[in-house]
Amino acid sequence: MSMPKVISLAALLLAGAGAMALAADDGKNGLGARPGLGQPITEADVKPWDITILPDGTNLPPGSGTAAVGAKVFVDKGCNQCHGDGGKGGKNAALVTDEKLQGQGIEANKTIKDFWAYSTTLYDYIRRAMPWPTPHTLSDEDTYNLVAYILAENKLIDANAVMDAKTLPQVKMPNHDNFIVKFPDRI
Amino acid sequence: MGILRKRGGAGWSAPDEFVAGNGLLHRRALLGRGLMLAGAAGVSAASGATGAAAEPLQNAEWSMHQGTTVEATGRRSKFEKDTVRILSNPKGEPRTQHARTPHHRLSGSITPSHLHFTILHNGIPDIDPEQHKLVIHGMVKQPMVFTMDKLMRYPMVTRQTFVECGGNSSLMFSNEPIQKDLQYLHGLVSNSEWTGVLLSTLLDEVGVDPKAVWMLPEGADTPLLTRSVPLKKAWDDAILVLYQNGERLMAEQGYPVRLLLPGWEGNMNTKYVRRIKITDQPAMSYYEARNYSPILPDYTAYKFYFVNEVKSFITSPSFGQSLKDPGYYEISGVAYSGTGRIERVMVSADGGKSWADAAVQGPTMHKAFTRFHIPWRWDGSPATLTSRAIDDGGNIQPLRADFVKERGQTLKPATNMMGFYSQHYNSLTSWGINAKGEIAHVYA
Ligand code: HEC
Repeated sequence: MSMPKVISLAALLLAGAGAMALAADDGKNGLGARPGLGQPITEADVKPWDITILPDGTNLPPGSGTAAVGAKVFVDKGCNQCHGDGGKGGKNAALVTDEKLQGQGIEANKTIKDFWAYSTTLYDYIRRAMPWPTPHTLSDEDTYNLVAYILAENKLIDANAVMDAKTLPQVKMPNHDNFIVKFPDRI
Repeated sequence: MGILRKRGGAGWSAPDEFVAGNGLLHRRALLGRGLMLAGAAGVSAASGATGAAAEPLQNAEWSMHQGTTVEATGRRSKFEKDTVRILSNPKGEPRTQHARTPHHRLSGSITPSHLHFTILHNGIPDIDPEQHKLVIHGMVKQPMVFTMDKLMRYPMVTRQTFVECGGNSSLMFSNEPIQKDLQYLHGLVSNSEWTGVLLSTLLDEVGVDPKAVWMLPEGADTPLLTRSVPLKKAWDDAILVLYQNGERLMAEQGYPVRLLLPGWEGNMNTKYVRRIKITDQPAMSYYEARNYSPILPDYTAYKFYFVNEVKSFITSPSFGQSLKDPGYYEISGVAYSGTGRIERVMVSADGGKSWADAAVQGPTMHKAFTRFHIPWRWDGSPATLTSRAIDDGGNIQPLRADFVKERGQTLKPATNMMGFYSQHYNSLTSWGINAKGEIAHVYA
């Protein structure tokens, strides 16, 4: 008795998949060929989750920061407890170092100064994942301050430079041009 | 021994059919009647070594009374308590945690869910499926949110595929072979049957802008882990996975929903996925711009190293085991390829001087573990076992000399056994066996 039911449900689904391309239904009401069970949302309502910073600076928030303030935030937020005084290394990675890739072999440390290709990665990652024990607690402003501090201590920007949505993406990272796309045909 | 030989005389004894150096036998010996022949020969050799006849049989203690009570979830035999994953950070200190699959204690092709490798960058989140949401937005016609109960109503597909950390086998980049078992050497790859909704089904629903090239999946875990994935892969075979080996995903595998990109570096298979942004550029996030960009010998680095290419390793015999006495053994291992289906696996017992085809266990599947076997008669002299796989695209596992020429090796022997010295090693793994039957990890 239940067999034909199962088959007809499967047939329905298959027919649905086939009709998908043809159906004009926008999937909002679930009446069309698509399952259409998604709920529309506005980009404004996605905003609190939309934290990814792109290399061209897209999505960097308003605000700005400097190394001088960043030095204080670095201690206030406990970054030094894991990354050492002045970010020179502790239990976890050194954020400020003159260590070079050259001469260290393929196992070289991927330092911010000598390996990282994009300054925006720093903003994105710190705001996303640090401080490790209490992430997503840094203000946008403090993230700019911390980024300015780490970049300035690494002599990648002037000690007095102001980091904001415009200046940060322009910071030249020394290793920027040394990456080779492994699988260009997959993109 | 005499008795066995007499039995063999009744039509059992076939001459060994050697197909490559140091005792490799034709894989035919594994099939049907051949299997029995090989088995009989093995018994004969073994009993020849000990000489003693078997003791009279009697009931064991466990046959004499009621056993333990059946539990709500099954448990393994207590005699298998050593079949566990090794942990890089068992106390959960504030750094990444890894658990590695004990391939040297497993067989078949499916990795049991609780032994599947995992890496968590800041612990396992305990996500309530009733509250978890997945949003798809960015360069789309209509951004949409999908709740888990709605997602569970979509048409689903099931497939097997391996997931492999880009940093699996990092120790193989060491300039000297590291004397560790498979768990250390290759423990960050596992294979499951996964069930879920094709991502393309949902992309159809939100309507992707034709100018979009990338998607940025992001997890709901503490570091909101994110990667940039070409949309091409989404349309090809990406799945939003809900089930692993028939049950809902393990918490550490991304419950309630993870992205599965068959054949692509583990870190990109975003667990706990809560958001997918469609864009025209990659984000160059931490894990792609830094961690999974391997440094090359000239100090340039690869980026967008997505694919885990064709690879194999012998699981039995392997480091940590030993051969008790000369005679018949079955060599067995796993092969897999992020570019296709395993078509052929060759095995050598003389360090690559001569090769024989192993039997490949079917059905073989795209981007999934394939087990291989080959019979071997060890004569007790030193041997070097190694395997080399080829997929249906003609991609062949590179020899170590060629591989190292392109990718380099460490300047000093690796010392941190959990360290990532580089990524994406898919060259050969070799086991050196000495006259005592001891097994060492060697480069051949
Ligand atoms: C409890 C320890 C801890 C604290 C506190 C902490 N971090 Fe980290 N940080 C880590 C760990 C662990 C990693 C490595 C992440 C990984 O391997 O996935 C890391 C990585 C980083 C990196 C990337 C470094 C590299 O070269 O890869 C940056 C930048 C960083 N942290 C900045 C900060 C800042 C800024 C703060 C303070 C707001 C902070 N961290 C506080 C543990 C900590």
